[in-house]
Amino acid sequence: MSVTDVAIVGAGVVGCAMARRFTLEGAKVVLLERGTDLLSGASKANSAILHTGFDAPAGSIELSCMQAGYSEYLAIRESFNLPLLETGAMVVAWSESERAVLEGIEAQARENGIGDVRRLTAEEIRSREPELSPRALEALLVPGEHVIDPWSPFLAYLLQAKTHGAEIAFATEVLSGAFDGKVWTLRTSTGERRARTVINCAGLYGDRLDARLLGAASFQIKPRKGQFVVFDKAAAKLLRTIILPVPSERTKGVVLTRTAFGNVLVGPTAEEQEDRERATVEENALRVLIARAVEMLPALADVDVTAVYAGLRPATEEKGYRISTHPNRNWITVGGIRSTGMTASLGIARHVYNLYEEMSHRHSPVAEPAALHVPNLAEDRPRDWQSSGYGEIVCHCEMVTLREIEQALSGPLPAGDFGGLKRRTRCGMGRCQGFYCNARLAELTKDHFASPLAIGDAA
Amino acid sequence: MSAPLDVANAEVLVIGAGPAGLAAATRLKSLGVRNVIVVDREPQAGGIPRHCGHPPFGMREFGRVLTGPVYARRLSERAQRAGAELLLGCSVVGIDHVGGIVVTCASSRGPTEIRAERIILATGVRETSRAARLISGDRPLGVLNTGALQSYAYLQHMAPFRRPVIVGTELVALSSLLTCRKIGAAPVAMIEDRDRPTVRRISMLLPHLLGVPVRYRTHIADIKGKQRVEAVTLRRDDGTLEDMECDGVLLTGRFMPEATLARSAGLEIDRGTGGPTIDQFGRTSEPRIFAAGNVLHPIETAGWSWREGRRIAEFVAADLAGQLPAVTRTVKLTPGESVRYVVPQRLVPERGGLTYLQLRVADDVSGALTARCRGQLIMTQPLTSAPERRVLAPISAFDRADGEVVFSFDDNRSATYRSDATCV
Repeated sequence: MSVTDVAIVGAGVVGCAMARRFTLEGAKVVLLERGTDLLSGASKANSAILHTGFDAPAGSIELSCMQAGYSEYLAIRESFNLPLLETGAMVVAWSESERAVLEGIEAQARENGIGDVRRLTAEEIRSREPELSPRALEALLVPGEHVIDPWSPFLAYLLQAKTHGAEIAFATEVLSGAFDGKVWTLRTSTGERRARTVINCAGLYGDRLDARLLGAASFQIKPRKGQFVVFDKAAAKLLRTIILPVPSERTKGVVLTRTAFGNVLVGPTAEEQEDRERATVEENALRVLIARAVEMLPALADVDVTAVYAGLRPATEEKGYRISTHPNRNWITVGGIRSTGMTASLGIARHVYNLYEEMSHRHSPVAEPAALHVPNLAEDRPRDWQSSGYGEIVCHCEMVTLREIEQALSGPLPAGDFGGLKRRTRCGMGRCQGFYCNARLAELTKDHFASPLAIGDAA
Repeated sequence: MSAPLDVANAEVLVIGAGPAGLAAATRLKSLGVRNVIVVDREPQAGGIPRHCGHPPFGMREFGRVLTGPVYARRLSERAQRAGAELLLGCSVVGIDHVGGIVVTCASSRGPTEIRAERIILATGVRETSRAARLISGDRPLGVLNTGALQSYAYLQHMAPFRRPVIVGTELVALSSLLTCRKIGAAPVAMIEDRDRPTVRRISMLLPHLLGVPVRYRTHIADIKGKQRVEAVTLRRDDGTLEDMECDGVLLTGRFMPEATLARSAGLEIDRGTGGPTIDQFGRTSEPRIFAAGNVLHPIETAGWSWREGRRIAEFVAADLAGQLPAVTRTVKLTPGESVRYVVPQRLVPERGGLTYLQLRVADDVSGALTARCRGQLIMTQPLTSAPERRVLAPISAFDRADGEVVFSFDDNRSATYRSDATCV
């Protein structure tokens, strides 16, 4: 059996960026993912904000990875056809006590190298965001905070990795493994895999993977559920800037933001739970989020809810990232990558590659990384329906074309499940939630998914 | 990237080729309007009836009982025979009415711009989604609306589940029982959060005959399932919980207008209906844009929408001939206590136009429907009704009102003036 240089476990935001980085550096990579598509665990649910790191702990690995990830995204996004909504963010103080904290946040931002932050008076807030509640007392403007498409970048990274020879194995769960001093033999649900080095990017199962293969984990995952509410696109004209709360010790708090797809999003909640699988939405929590959103942006009271979702963030018993190397076991653990992970992913990948090199591995980088465009889903850039020859519009709410659906179901990384198809095209994610298109999608995806939309023919 | 722009001109552009839109187009042609274009984003005309494989459709329109798909085809053929041009697979993406009306459409053939003198919006309704209902639980496959189920059954001949729980007891919930039979599905229960069915009790013989247990004062507290629905937890009003195995959840009814275009065109939207507001001639807040059918009032039958489409078309034709009264002074009609909506939402003080006001009550009521203007009682009418039942009142009773008219339901039957409001 062939031996790859690196086995990466987990195709979340971190694993996808990792597979790209290691491949571009010249390593032979296999990416093992338990789910039937990329981003099917913790990574599928986040607020899609590209953070500057203005409020990250100074001097932390998290901060340096966020900043490196931020810069690299800006540098490469055009080459992949990836969007950027230059919204800026305001940390808004809604009370005198919150107002008192702004100064500290501003100082932290400056210490973190974010020099363009500035304070906005209530009047300045109003002229920037006339629909925002007049209860906003003062804000810290962070111009560099932006909104991106939270899914397409990672598809782009994996496509690039695959183009340069990475192998990607879905529905492949790592069950056990043994290290013979040089090579790991991983027993997976789809057979054995051999690799010289293992990188654990297993997200919500990172500690379990360490425990199972290394014998012990140096951290413990404490799943933290986040629920979100997505408002109809009618809301997008109500808001330009990301509205951040003054953060608490535990969480960044409830954010109100536009999305790249033209909606307005509020969330997440922060609810600790034991279960690593179930990420349920709960009516009461959703109502609280909606009420909070309406409090901040009163005109939302007349806007319908388009979607609700929930995800689990792989928090640990400590705040920071839990990245560790085990040089004598050829193992690197990338654990506890919380909500900042989407921003930091490219930076984490670089950081981990440096750690890997320190373990005396050397490869020669790919001379010319392939340029490839992923389909654009963002509203501010041309969409497929705006050109001709698309066949038909399958999902009317999100204007998803037959051509886009067919493309997402074929090619080097076809959608492996309905969630993957939705993330690749946005079909079924609009205001009708499938009232019009679900059956047509069932027909179009017949024989493509292990879990098909239809369970059979009409009897 | 961008294909050459196709430009078309229409005297009247009808948006939506369902019963209301097709009826309007047919009527406009018979009244001698020259260029009538109907656009629909679907590849086939007919609207929702296309995938309602069950009768009865067409009594009023064709004098016989038809299934939905046959009815849809006939409406479409009739409109084409009358000379209306149907543009299918054509999605309206913008309505600009600052100067002349310009409608931008996307289609696989390339973008089209249609310049029109008048528009009739007939974009219909859809059911409220699981997300918008804020139902708790996992989000597996197998949770859908009746509209989607009908498409599975009648357009794709596929089954999304075999043992669903049906939520709701509106008429559409009963028709979904038949659709379930069609795909070989046996619903495990029908649940209703109120203490009685929304349809008349006699109709509840159907689930009884089909062996589907009905539970009132019950709602879904949790949906469980990793890939597909595996079970739901039902909660009764008294707090008791019960797990029920099933492989799907069918969310029926709670219709809302598909008013996205109306909203994006900047038309005034009624909070009660969720659709555009109109006067008694079907004119929205932009008087060159009319609306007809279920986009105005969730929800009416196909036959009602058809008849309304015809009537509104007559007003549009009159308007083109300069015969509609100008929108100068209007009287607002507003829902008050226990009234969910009133359509039209405003009247110009002239005769003509729609014959009846449409109302819906918010609760089960038994007493009187009243109308007050400046605190004066101007109409009272005995009324026993329930949500989702058709309630009508003659418009002629109000078009001379000299201020906002508020419609309420009163227990107080101190009638001073009687009019013939009807509950159908």
